[in-house]
Amino acid sequence: MLKIRRFEERAAQLYGMGHIGGFCHLYIGQEAVVVGVLMTIKKNDSVVTTYRDHGHMIARGLDPKRIMAELTGRENGYSSGKGGSMHMFSKENNFYGGHGIVGAQVPIGTGIAFTHKYKRDNNICRTYIGDGAMNNGQVFESFNLASLWKLPVLYIIENNKYGMGTSVDRAAAGTDLYKRGEAFGIKGDKIDGMNVFSVIKAADKAGKYVRSGKGPYILEVQTYRYRGHSMSDPAQYRTKKELELYKNQDPIEIAKNQMLKNNLFSEKELDNLNKKIIEEIKVAAEFALESNYPKNEELYTNVYV
Amino acid sequence: MSKEILMPALSPTMTEGNLTKWLVKKGQKVKAGDVIAEIETDKATMEVEAVDEGYVSELLFKEGDINIPVSKPIAIISQNIEKNQIKDKGKSINKKNTTSNFDENSQNKDLSHKKENLEDKDNPITASSNTITMRQAIRDTIAEEMRKNKDIFIMGEEVAEYQGAYKVTQGLLEEFGHKRVIDTPISEQGFTGLAIGSAFKGLRPIVEFMTFNFSMQAIDQIINSAAKTLYMSGGQINCPIVFRGPNGAASQVAAQHSQDFSSWYSHCPGLKVLAPSTPYNAKGLLRSAIKDNNPVIFLENEILYGLKGQLSKDNDFLIPIGTANIEKEGKDTTIVTYSIMLQKSLEAVKILEREFDLNVEVIDLQSLRPIDQGTIIESIKKTNRMVIVEESWPFASIGSEIVNIIQKEAFDYMDSPIIKVNSADVPMPYSSSLEKLYLPQVDDIVKAVKAVNYIT
Ligand SMILES: Cc1ncc(C[n+]2csc(CCOP(=O)(O)OP(=O)(O)O)c2C)c(N)n1
Ligand SMILES: [Mg+2]
Repeated sequence: MLKIRRFEERAAQLYGMGHIGGFCHLYIGQEAVVVGVLMTIKKNDSVVTTYRDHGHMIARGLDPKRIMAELTGRENGYSSGKGGSMHMFSKENNFYGGHGIVGAQVPIGTGIAFTHKYKRDNNICRTYIGDGAMNNGQVFESFNLASLWKLPVLYIIENNKYGMGTSVDRAAAGTDLYKRGEAFGIKGDKIDGMNVFSVIKAADKAGKYVRSGKGPYILEVQTYRYRGHSMSDPAQYRTKKELELYKNQDPIEIAKNQMLKNNLFSEKELDNLNKKIIEEIKVAAEFALESNYPKNEELYTNVYV
Repeated sequence: MSKEILMPALSPTMTEGNLTKWLVKKGQKVKAGDVIAEIETDKATMEVEAVDEGYVSELLFKEGDINIPVSKPIAIISQNIEKNQIKDKGKSINKKNTTSNFDENSQNKDLSHKKENLEDKDNPITASSNTITMRQAIRDTIAEEMRKNKDIFIMGEEVAEYQGAYKVTQGLLEEFGHKRVIDTPISEQGFTGLAIGSAFKGLRPIVEFMTFNFSMQAIDQIINSAAKTLYMSGGQINCPIVFRGPNGAASQVAAQHSQDFSSWYSHCPGLKVLAPSTPYNAKGLLRSAIKDNNPVIFLENEILYGLKGQLSKDNDFLIPIGTANIEKEGKDTTIVTYSIMLQKSLEAVKILEREFDLNVEVIDLQSLRPIDQGTIIESIKKTNRMVIVEESWPFASIGSEIVNIIQKEAFDYMDSPIIKVNSADVPMPYSSSLEKLYLPQVDDIVKAVKAVNYIT
């Protein structure tokens, strides 16, 4: 979680300096969601998510150096500098993106689950969905297909309360988003996404259900993004008070306190960890900025295999 | 050790910002995450946070300073307060550059192509003082028409409370209320189809796509319902609707967000397709689009939203759909272009006149379907040479159709093969270096015009 936070802070800084361009969506505040879910993942399980993907990749164990290199458009980034922040992939790690079109990742994730079932490999696909994306029609077509064909897909709704500047209650008729699976016979839960331990518990249970062949499952994880939707969003649609409220339940602080209380780590060990991570991220940024831009002829490669 | 805080880039298209407020004072201690200033970008007012801990040793700009280039130092944070105060005394700060153009040295290379040429002082479109931006021209036209006709409403994502993702609908909610300025969920296919249905039944919707990339979610409704129902119903049911929003590339938003839909929509009978290039024609064309009783696709361009230009004295002027504009007369070669490539073409024309003594005619299509065949044909009859400049992919583009028109109608007037200048035939890459290669550049246009004139 700390690594994601420090990575995103550095990405924001590099964006401000003009090293990262285009749209850049930060994950700050939501760290416990992906970390909690991925604590329960098996190596060959697949993941597919949205453009808000830096944290997802870090949690998947991917190299911050190469993520930062992609953000800065360099040749040794995860998409060779061609995809950028929103479109990163690592097939080797079963990470299928990074998708820029809201909702489009949902049928894709369902299709990856279809392959897992087809091949009988006992792996599952975790498909992340934003609260805003829950109003896109293809989500419901996917739910129907997944349930009809009992596909091993775990849908995780990252409910950070807003789709860009629109709050959930202004966009969704019925704000219990996990209940939207009921009509298709899909079970679901709503869980606290600011506490990584509750996420782990719920994700473990849901993952086991899906892996057992019973079909899809929906987890609606309540979370919050501290920054604007993307770097250019001043986030004036919410109050400072609301933001403070969530900052006071910071997922990193909650995890830290819980670990200290249970004597899992000492304060000093956590401090050292933070220092180590700061150094790692600094090295990642340096690595990215020292890397080469893609060669000109790369413009024309990868259009067809 | 001290660190400069630079004017941050806070949006994909931002090249300069205004310092609206300092939230720290000289000498104050800051830690990472503290808000130190408020900056007005091309889109919004944003807070700037400190990234490192230290003391504010210098504020290099005053509150209210405007047009500060991205990457220019705005403050200095130092680790050690005493040391820096000593340094302070001898140091004079040069504030002369506050409102100047880019400082070549501090300007980050990656950003230099963003607003290329659009703020050129020699350009008559941007030079005048009594001018408005394209963003305002579009906004005003929508508001004016909404005042006249109560059946017009506008809907789309973030058009109301957020005031538009690109601030095009700013103020509309306040004036017209929630009934007529409607925020939608992210349900493009649903709300597009709904708007089309409402138009069948007599309303006159304006649908904003946050960008045209997302119209692909709804393209079935646009083509199968909006464009074809008049025909299928034997002329009973028409669909007076405008689909508008930014089209084409912005800056580094990569493959899924940088696509030009001109030829996609122009392919379809039943649709009209417009592509404005200036505040003037944006206004005249949009008014015609809103008054039209057919579905009209109105392709804006994000990079052009800030482009300034003069309007007609008659505020209610219309530019008829289907008319091209001869932006500049000439006799040696015709450039046919539209949307953002008009600006790049005009830039190329200046070079061609200065360095090669070529007198180039520039036609701005404005309307892609129907297309003004007459103006294009008359021009090639005069110049006998043609270059077509467009941002779209080359395969089956608007330019391909123009080539077909010319070979059919003016075959005997051609002195050289027509050259098309397009984006590369690949998805848009993210990396700034490849993005520049992908998009048509002024130099590519110069080369093409030279080539049709056999100048080596
Ligand atoms: C089909 C489509 N429509 C609109 C957009 C523009 N857009 C990008 S992100 C976004 C908001 C999505 O919100 P949510 O699903 O809640 O995800 P979050 O950003 O909160 O993670 C919108 C409207 C898009 N990318 N794709
Ligand atoms: Mg959201």
